Amino acid sequence: MAKPPASPEALLERYGPHPSHVPSGGWQDAAVHPPDRLVKTHCCFCGQQCGIQLKVRDNKVVGFEPWEEFPFNRGMLCPKGVKRYMQNEHPDRLKGPLLRGAGGFRPATWDEALDFTADSLRRIQKTHGKDAVAIYGGASLTSEKSYLLGKFARVALSTRHIDYNGRLCMVSAGTAYKLAFGVDRSPNPWSDIPKAQVVIVTGANVAECAPITTDYLWRMRDNGGKLIVVDPRMTPITRNADLYLPVRPGTDVALFMGLLHVVLRDRLEAAEFIERHTVGFAAVAEAVKAWDPRRTAELTGVPPAAIETAAHWFAEADRAIALHARGIEHQSKGVENVLSVINLCLATGNIGREGAGCMMITGQGNGQGGREHGQKCDQLPGQRSISDPKAREHVAKVWGIAPEEIPQAGLSAMEIMEAIHRGEIKGLLSICFNPLVSLPDAGYIRQALEKLEFFGVVDFFLSETAHHADVVLAGSLQEEEEGVVCTAEGRVVHIQQAVTPPEGARNDWTIYCDLARRLGKEKFFPYRSPREIYDELREASRGGVADYYGITYERIDAELGVFWPCPTPDHPGTPRLFEGHRFFHADGRAHFVATEYRVSGDPVDAEFPIYLTTGRVVSQYLSGTQTRRIGALNDQYPEPRLEIHPRLAESLAIAQDDWVAISTRRGEIVLRALVVRTIRPDTVFIPYHWAGAKSANVLTHRTLDPRSKIPEFKVSACRLAKATAPPPWAGESKPPGRSQQAARRIPLRVVS
Amino acid sequence: MHGYEFFIDPSRCIGCESCVNACAECETHRGEPMIHLDFLDRRETTATVPAVCMHCDDPTCAQVCPADAIKKTEDGIVQSSLKPRCIACSNCVLACPFGIPKVMVRQEQMMKCDMCYDRTSEGKRPMCATVCPSQALAYVPAAVIARDRRETPTNVFVFGGQTVTTKVFMMAPAGTRAVSVDVVDYMWEQEA
Repeated sequence: MAKPPASPEALLERYGPHPSHVPSGGWQDAAVHPPDRLVKTHCCFCGQQCGIQLKVRDNKVVGFEPWEEFPFNRGMLCPKGVKRYMQNEHPDRLKGPLLRGAGGFRPATWDEALDFTADSLRRIQKTHGKDAVAIYGGASLTSEKSYLLGKFARVALSTRHIDYNGRLCMVSAGTAYKLAFGVDRSPNPWSDIPKAQVVIVTGANVAECAPITTDYLWRMRDNGGKLIVVDPRMTPITRNADLYLPVRPGTDVALFMGLLHVVLRDRLEAAEFIERHTVGFAAVAEAVKAWDPRRTAELTGVPPAAIETAAHWFAEADRAIALHARGIEHQSKGVENVLSVINLCLATGNIGREGAGCMMITGQGNGQGGREHGQKCDQLPGQRSISDPKAREHVAKVWGIAPEEIPQAGLSAMEIMEAIHRGEIKGLLSICFNPLVSLPDAGYIRQALEKLEFFGVVDFFLSETAHHADVVLAGSLQEEEEGVVCTAEGRVVHIQQAVTPPEGARNDWTIYCDLARRLGKEKFFPYRSPREIYDELREASRGGVADYYGITYERIDAELGVFWPCPTPDHPGTPRLFEGHRFFHADGRAHFVATEYRVSGDPVDAEFPIYLTTGRVVSQYLSGTQTRRIGALNDQYPEPRLEIHPRLAESLAIAQDDWVAISTRRGEIVLRALVVRTIRPDTVFIPYHWAGAKSANVLTHRTLDPRSKIPEFKVSACRLAKATAPPPWAGESKPPGRSQQAARRIPLRVVS
Repeated sequence: MHGYEFFIDPSRCIGCESCVNACAECETHRGEPMIHLDFLDRRETTATVPAVCMHCDDPTCAQVCPADAIKKTEDGIVQSSLKPRCIACSNCVLACPFGIPKVMVRQEQMMKCDMCYDRTSEGKRPMCATVCPSQALAYVPAAVIARDRRETPTNVFVFGGQTVTTKVFMMAPAGTRAVSVDVVDYMWEQEA
């Protein structure tokens, strides 16, 4: 029975999110009270992993200073990076374990909480079998912690069920790249972007979700390159696009097949490259035959002339790049969408060369590294397949167990929720994951959490999901633990421990080692530091696809990051994959994979006629567990708003700021309208960072891509109506921050 | 910083407010930004403009100040109003052709961007131009801008009868020498 021990209001009042506006120790005059030191490390948020220097005073992070020498971002930061430091002494910070008690959580000792956790897991496994417990991880964890989690699940618990919130992020791209190239990584470093003559950005709100990438796109344009943006919304970078394709949600694969149709029709393909370095072209050529510009336009809503132009620009350039992100990947055909982009790049010979390729924009902090080393349900360290006998043998040897002791592949993140509903999984231990906000169909997720016999959470703030926990173990922030992460471009970087966790909280890795000890598996977890875990990870990855063996902490510091694969200490690392057109498949070739268009898992119809798509805003990150607690970021965009085109709004008599009821086949929420001309009139948009009655994921559906198991956040069917009454939370509703108020042309610029 | 100039290009701005948030982080500002960001008209466009002070050669804000509270340093930085003199009358707010100054109600004083005097005097770039992820704000040598950008920097602005020259440059279409907001300035009119 994992119902919250108190009302949501009581728990929110006690544990937040409370927005904090002031750094630890208050604003201080640096001349009087200077920081003790500056720590060169990285941002805790997105997959860009910008270099940043944290100001530390009295073992507290009190501010930041740009780190201009780090080559990826050269001192640049987005507002999340600027304000990221405000978490370490946040008033909501958990400083000790909590156990569910009567009427609320009660403080517990670490021994009590860890004993309870280990006993609960053991009891469930004894009664219901090893696979009755599951582990959830997160893609913001360091690679050391990701590796440790994978080993903990498979060695300490012997369960096959471990998966992570990267399932909501990179799995469609990863699956497609593995099919096409035999490896899951962006093939090109970001420094290739300015060298391209044409860049297509598809399903990627670069300005808000990967702001630093904007700099690379602008440099590309300054070098004379052309920018093509494909998106149902005119995102901020679209103002400088040379061509804008306003694709209808869920039709991306058709658009890219349409582009390839034009390329082949006009004989613009790279015939020699296709012949020498690829297989499967004929089937793809056959599949795109039907997608002439007219038919493509009818489905996608992109004009035939724009399809012709985009295809010609891309194919006629010597060097072209396609950048893509969740817009095309968060779909029930996410893998096919990505494959259709890859097919276009392969057919035009744009791969494995400077300034030419297809690139995924990894979304989460360690989205790349987090999936390479073992918290993904089907992978072992080094991006090895868990079903590959050789991989199992290698990893078992490193772990000191027999290969057959490693469980086979388990269920993915969303499927674990389904298994909880079916009663097959009864215990869950989660870290760095807020599924109640981030998974689709929040009502269904809540029911699953309520069915659990045991639910344990490791976190530094009490997320909405953790309200359902039986035990909460107070863990550590990114700046409190050393480790590595791998950035979107495949660069392994070093996270420094800037401070120790506050009294009462503990380093995450020690929590899992202590649990392993209580589960009788102490000898497999003898680590005394993250470095010891990393050294084992290097061995475990050795010879794998994502080979880290040659990457040491010292090399990362000296070289400002090292790109994998890096098999030996004297190997320079691999910033660009597939040079010389050697691909990672056994045949050495790139594989075309034919695609086809399918309708969304939640199709629009007469009852639900409008497309709903979800995404991020620049000042918030993922489920908002961290960013909703940072005052300045909250002020910038305090609550979700419904973006709606004036044409659609007028047809429903909806005016700016009106409360609108948005309903889908799952549920309904009420939000204020943000009437904007920057979105297709058949589509509305809601950012997903909020919980409860403000949660976009109350509306989204559970259809998964059959191969990647990613949910279809980007395409749902909804209907809209002016709300008959404001929502219960209307009293706390705030207008967007100072900037958007300025748009209302207040004549006197007065700041209160 | 010797040889460095400040360049603004609103066309490259993505509205992220990194500049505003970073400005607020300065120890002397204590969480209060000295710059702001305008959404021109969110209903119509995502266009945004980072509003940092242009540091006019002959600042209008100082001209209209009845309390003589706004001073320019020798190196051309127009400073926030002098606290003992400022009467918070908002003349400067209304008069500035670029819409920069604000009156801070709590402080009862006009405060604004001083181009991070404390940083530039130590050889650091201004905070906003350092963190800006989209090149909307840049603090680099003029030669670097000339090499890297398509646009031309200009610091001559014609507002009807008033021509304003500034320390800070605005990126304008290639070849632009002065920016005027009045069509009359582009017309050929028969001499009287």
